[in-house]
Amino acid sequence: MSTPYAKLPAWADYGLIPLINLFVAFVVAGFVVLLVGENPLRAAVILVEGAFGKGTGIAFTLFYATTFIFTGLSVAVAAHCGLFNIGTEGQAYIAGLGIAVVCLSFDSVLPWWLTFPLAIVASSVVGALWALIPAYLQAKRGSHIVITTIMFNFIAASIMVYLLVGPLKPAGSQAPQTRNFLAGAELPKLNWIIELFGAKIRSAPLNVCFLLALVMAFLVWLLIWRTKLGYEMRTYGHSPKAARYAGISETRIIITAMMISGALAGMMALNPVMGDQHNVAIDFVSGAGFVGIAVALMGRLHPVGIVLAAILFGMLYQGGAELAFEMPAISRDMIVIIQGLVILFAGALEHMFRPYIQALFASFSPRSVGMEAVKGKGA
Amino acid sequence: MAQAAIELIGINKSFGAVRANRDINLEIARGTIHGIVGENGAGKSTLMSILYGFYQADSGEIRVGGQPASIKTPNDAIALGIGMVHQHFMLVDNFSVLENIILGAESDALLKRSIAKARSELDRLEREYGLEVDPDAIIEELPVGLQQRVEILKALYRGAEILILDEPTGVLTPAEADHLFRILGQLKEQGKTVVLITHKLREIMAITDTVSVMRQGTMVATRETKKTTVEELAELMVGRRVLLRVEKGEADAGAVKLAVKNLTVKDTRGVTMVDDISFDIRAGEIVGIAGVAGNGQSELLEAISGIRHAVSGSVMLDGKPIDLTGAADPGELRDRGLAHVPEDRHHVGLVLAFEENENSILGYHDDPRYLKGPFLNIDAIRNDAKDKIAKYDIRPADCRLKTANFSGGNQQKIVLAREMEQDPGVLIVGQPTRGVDVGAIEFIHKRLIAMRDQGKAVLVVSVELDEIRSLSDRILVMFAGRIVGERGPEATEGELGLLMAGVEHQEAAQ
Repeated sequence: MSTPYAKLPAWADYGLIPLINLFVAFVVAGFVVLLVGENPLRAAVILVEGAFGKGTGIAFTLFYATTFIFTGLSVAVAAHCGLFNIGTEGQAYIAGLGIAVVCLSFDSVLPWWLTFPLAIVASSVVGALWALIPAYLQAKRGSHIVITTIMFNFIAASIMVYLLVGPLKPAGSQAPQTRNFLAGAELPKLNWIIELFGAKIRSAPLNVCFLLALVMAFLVWLLIWRTKLGYEMRTYGHSPKAARYAGISETRIIITAMMISGALAGMMALNPVMGDQHNVAIDFVSGAGFVGIAVALMGRLHPVGIVLAAILFGMLYQGGAELAFEMPAISRDMIVIIQGLVILFAGALEHMFRPYIQALFASFSPRSVGMEAVKGKGA
Repeated sequence: MAQAAIELIGINKSFGAVRANRDINLEIARGTIHGIVGENGAGKSTLMSILYGFYQADSGEIRVGGQPASIKTPNDAIALGIGMVHQHFMLVDNFSVLENIILGAESDALLKRSIAKARSELDRLEREYGLEVDPDAIIEELPVGLQQRVEILKALYRGAEILILDEPTGVLTPAEADHLFRILGQLKEQGKTVVLITHKLREIMAITDTVSVMRQGTMVATRETKKTTVEELAELMVGRRVLLRVEKGEADAGAVKLAVKNLTVKDTRGVTMVDDISFDIRAGEIVGIAGVAGNGQSELLEAISGIRHAVSGSVMLDGKPIDLTGAADPGELRDRGLAHVPEDRHHVGLVLAFEENENSILGYHDDPRYLKGPFLNIDAIRNDAKDKIAKYDIRPADCRLKTANFSGGNQQKIVLAREMEQDPGVLIVGQPTRGVDVGAIEFIHKRLIAMRDQGKAVLVVSVELDEIRSLSDRILVMFAGRIVGERGPEATEGELGLLMAGVEHQEAAQ
């Protein structure tokens, strides 16, 4: 018997199990809160209210979510091709360079709606090229992509530090960042959408990149499940031997998938750079690339799941900031612990509760797991 | 009847919703050889795993030597005198025979005493049962037949009175299999009980005393071997009458479709696996390649289908050369009319995580029929898959079902349907019926014959000698990377067996 566990209906697979994992993560996080002498229930209320209670909170949550959608999609595209792109962080960071070049060149002459497409192209091209080198090394030389992309994160960080304290820094400035962009490189906010529902927003960075992220989520879905290229990527991702058998070129598919992944990672930079800070500053990615790994895993590599998981992590970021403000005993680091627990239960321990839930399903309704019909009728 | 060595009473075992064993009752008499046959997934392995302590039954009772027994782990089974020889050997490759035998049964901290004790014990066992093996040989240097003997010795060393063998002859040459049967016969004479799990009915007829048939988790019959026939057993296994030997007319061989000349292939370690091989396949004939697994057949298939690069040699497909030493890839060969059903359908021929319809275009996903620009034409793909499902009787008839959820036979049909329906000029098939149930074997064989009768050139590689003999119009025998002989379909098993074993092949080939 090769499959001791029965299959679950899709709603349990994609809805129930993530919710259970999330619930357990919060219960364990609750104990951590208890340990530092605070009331976990009150902490949970502050967290959720901070993220969704007021218009400003919602806007911030969605702003963070935008960033995570891009990095999550980036990780997912590579993962569908069986590649673990840990370099999302560096690809996004170096893409800031492309955006800087476009924005600093055109912000005084072009309106935002012309600068923006140019910046999209620049960020995705730079991100894709940064992913190309590890991809080439993997495809042609067999250097492991996990190792090379990690190293490329360091290289990207060093290059950016060099540029931002040197060539890109305006003369006389003390801050390691580019000059502030002019109105021609500032993206319009989307806060008015939330205000349509009657909420008031003081100031929040939610901007058109959120819409771009949703469009990209749809395009990734289209790519993975509806195109020939996506089919080839999934074939290679599940079984390189089957891909070889099917006449799919290993070199081509690895390089293509990694470049798409790098391009998505690169687009992430648009959100904080053009939508919020209006300059390229040191460490503007601040770990979003690594959060993207958790988002992709929790979203089960599906764009819809990734958008939902990104909103969850946006909530943790925004609500966590509120929590650290309201409860002095809970520092910023505690929020990282809670995020870590969510990643642990949703990502790493994804299958922990699955067997029990499957057994439960099987005992209640053998039909719903749909195995008997399959096994019994073998020709 | 002698006293029962093992009694199984009302054994039930479910995995989720799948009932692998239902109400199994079985009595195995002491000092006999008892066969258990059934299709894949009939529950044989589950039942033996329960007996050996890998799984726990949901309900039911096991009695060993008349006493109720609780077997929770393999150690409990060993303590009760039950030993098991697995289909895939559980040996440490770089240990010596002696070290493997004491593994897990070391009696003290310093190995020296254990080894000395094991050596004398081993000596006795070898003499008693005719199980000669050099105790100091390293496992990886031994042929599989001897490795299997080590497995048997391991069980006997632990005091096994009851020996379970799971598909023991799958990796053996006919001669090695005969030797194994002689050993089993000796074990029986010494009063040991042997349980033999197999799907080869002829082996059952040859050496067992009683035989039990399983189907879909139930024990459908137990017969005295003397009083049953292969036909009856096959019918019990499948639940309907089956044709064991496929009927076919004379081959009408035409022009040479595929000509292989001086092909040499090395494996990833650089060892020459295919050594200067030449042969032709003509339109309208089936050429079978017989051989014990591991004699270069896999590498030959991979090279001809473009998956593995050859070192040297020339190949002509339809009179035009193909460069197999680096330039040709499987996609190009497919375009030129060479279809390939690979040996390993789980990792090569199929993507198990895909829906059935996605697998039905694997390798042909460049075909404009399945595309709309860069997009997949989902409707066309699914309709095409539905047609194939109907034509090849693939069950369940659901083109959206995950491929992993189909049985082995149906998975193989998915691959065959895909490759055959492209109407290729040359079809090469590796292990057409490995892990496929009896009912589907009949279907697959008929399809292959039909391909031949349509004037296609078919190459079949199989380790099942019966299959090769019943399908092929010409038989090539491979040994150590070379073709050591060519025979007609009338060649006897003994003759082919000698060739497969590489015994004096110069003489046999004369």
